[in-house]
Amino acid sequence: MLYTALIAPFADFEFMRRALIGSLALALGAPPVGVFLMLRRMSLIGDAMAHAILPGAAIGFLLAGLSLFAMAGGGLIAGFLIAFGAGLIARATLLKEDASLAAFFLISLALGVTIVSAKGNNVDLLHFLFGSVLAIDDPALMLIAGITSVSLVVLALIWRPLVLECVDPGYLRSVSRAGGPVHIAFLALVVLNLVGGFQALGTLLAVGIMMLPAVVSRFWARDITTMIGIAIGCAAISGYAGLLVSYHANLPSGPAIILVAGAFYALSVVFGPVGGLLWLALPQRHLEA
Amino acid sequence: MAALRFRNLTLGYERHPAVHHLDGAVETGALVAVVGPNGAGKSTLFKGIVGFLKPLAGSIERDGLNAHDIAYLPQIADIDRSFPISVYDMVAMGLWRRKGLFGGIGGKDQGAIEAAIAAVGLTGFEQRTIGTLSGGQMQRMLFARLLLQDARLIVLDEPFTAIDAKTTADLLDLVRRWHGEKRTVLAALHDIDLVRATFPQSLLLAREPVAWGPTRDVLTAENLNKARRMCEAFDEQAEACAVEAA
Repeated sequence: MLYTALIAPFADFEFMRRALIGSLALALGAPPVGVFLMLRRMSLIGDAMAHAILPGAAIGFLLAGLSLFAMAGGGLIAGFLIAFGAGLIARATLLKEDASLAAFFLISLALGVTIVSAKGNNVDLLHFLFGSVLAIDDPALMLIAGITSVSLVVLALIWRPLVLECVDPGYLRSVSRAGGPVHIAFLALVVLNLVGGFQALGTLLAVGIMMLPAVVSRFWARDITTMIGIAIGCAAISGYAGLLVSYHANLPSGPAIILVAGAFYALSVVFGPVGGLLWLALPQRHLEA
Repeated sequence: MAALRFRNLTLGYERHPAVHHLDGAVETGALVAVVGPNGAGKSTLFKGIVGFLKPLAGSIERDGLNAHDIAYLPQIADIDRSFPISVYDMVAMGLWRRKGLFGGIGGKDQGAIEAAIAAVGLTGFEQRTIGTLSGGQMQRMLFARLLLQDARLIVLDEPFTAIDAKTTADLLDLVRRWHGEKRTVLAALHDIDLVRATFPQSLLLAREPVAWGPTRDVLTAENLNKARRMCEAFDEQAEACAVEAA
């Protein structure tokens, strides 16, 4: 009974196994990046960057059809261009970085949808926007696994300056010149993980597996290491449970994964011990000292 | 020997000078208070000294001091107090000069970190997140980090503003200790009595230097009045500086 519900779908169908492995790999790489985005108050920047990837992937699609590497490559190039373009415009003009990113991503989204529609049909467009985690093939798995590996290694290398850049950028600036390069490396990780998630979840939902678990973790932990652990766990469970839900209820799988993460978020807002509503509302006796 | 030498130094923002034509030197091992009204250019001078701000004119010579030899405590530290980091980890960042990006923190370093935390009276707070600290405790933590930086030049921008008497006294002990260790210390301060009691030398600044030397000669009623008047004479429509052109 339990076997039929929880394990059989993956034992019986190869596409479910691939989808599971892909989701777990994404769950390992993207949430740590999301935790830092959240702590730097850049949660919406991830969203903007995700949209920014679309026209690049669309141009890849225009040139080479549904080729993984053309679309991933195009997405990477577009993501980097827009991350740095927005940074440059923010430095060169009075516009703040978030405002220039907002401008860029709206233009990108419109441009991307236009390009995809020019060559493909609505099914293609849906694939671009929401991904197709059940259609992940070997090269796509390799790409996601590679991106996750690179992401974890780079994060380990830039950990110390990245934490300091978040908590006390002025001090980092006074002791090291690493601040600028670290910021760029971090933005590159955001783009990389979004491109990784693009195949499975599409441009609109890729950022979900990055941000929702990160936001959830804030409600359960007070230190950053535990937060990252919780975020990864939450993303992994969301991937597994989302695939099961989509299998049994015959729902689209990408949105199902994000909806499960969304359910974790709702639970955390209410029950999370660090600032959750229930704990704030409960009368608790204060301590002696 | 001079740790710092200013030559006709002008610092400012968008061509408006905030520190104008400053000449002089800070001797190695000196304990100097920088005094002046709000807007006198104290913070600007400090930003110039630590290299955050390039001079509009003139120069600052730092005798053999590179960035690692200078520790800087800004007036309003740009610290995200909601960030989940412990007091211990925050103080440990003071070891950056020796540990850099990847260096491990060994047993000896842990001893040094604990000693620094003890020296500022924060023992027992090691695992608290920084968001739970009061203003005074925050300043104590930042002084612990300064201790670990082990710098030859220490620049403190209004370190005791909004800090209570007990904390100020404790932290002043550290300043005296640095002075005893022949480190050069510059501090921007508003409490004239405190300056008279602790700082042998003062620079009275009002965008231009008003007086510089032994504290009792500098902080006279006459000089302080002069400084106040000079700061009120800021002109938004100022012409290009004639001294500079000459």
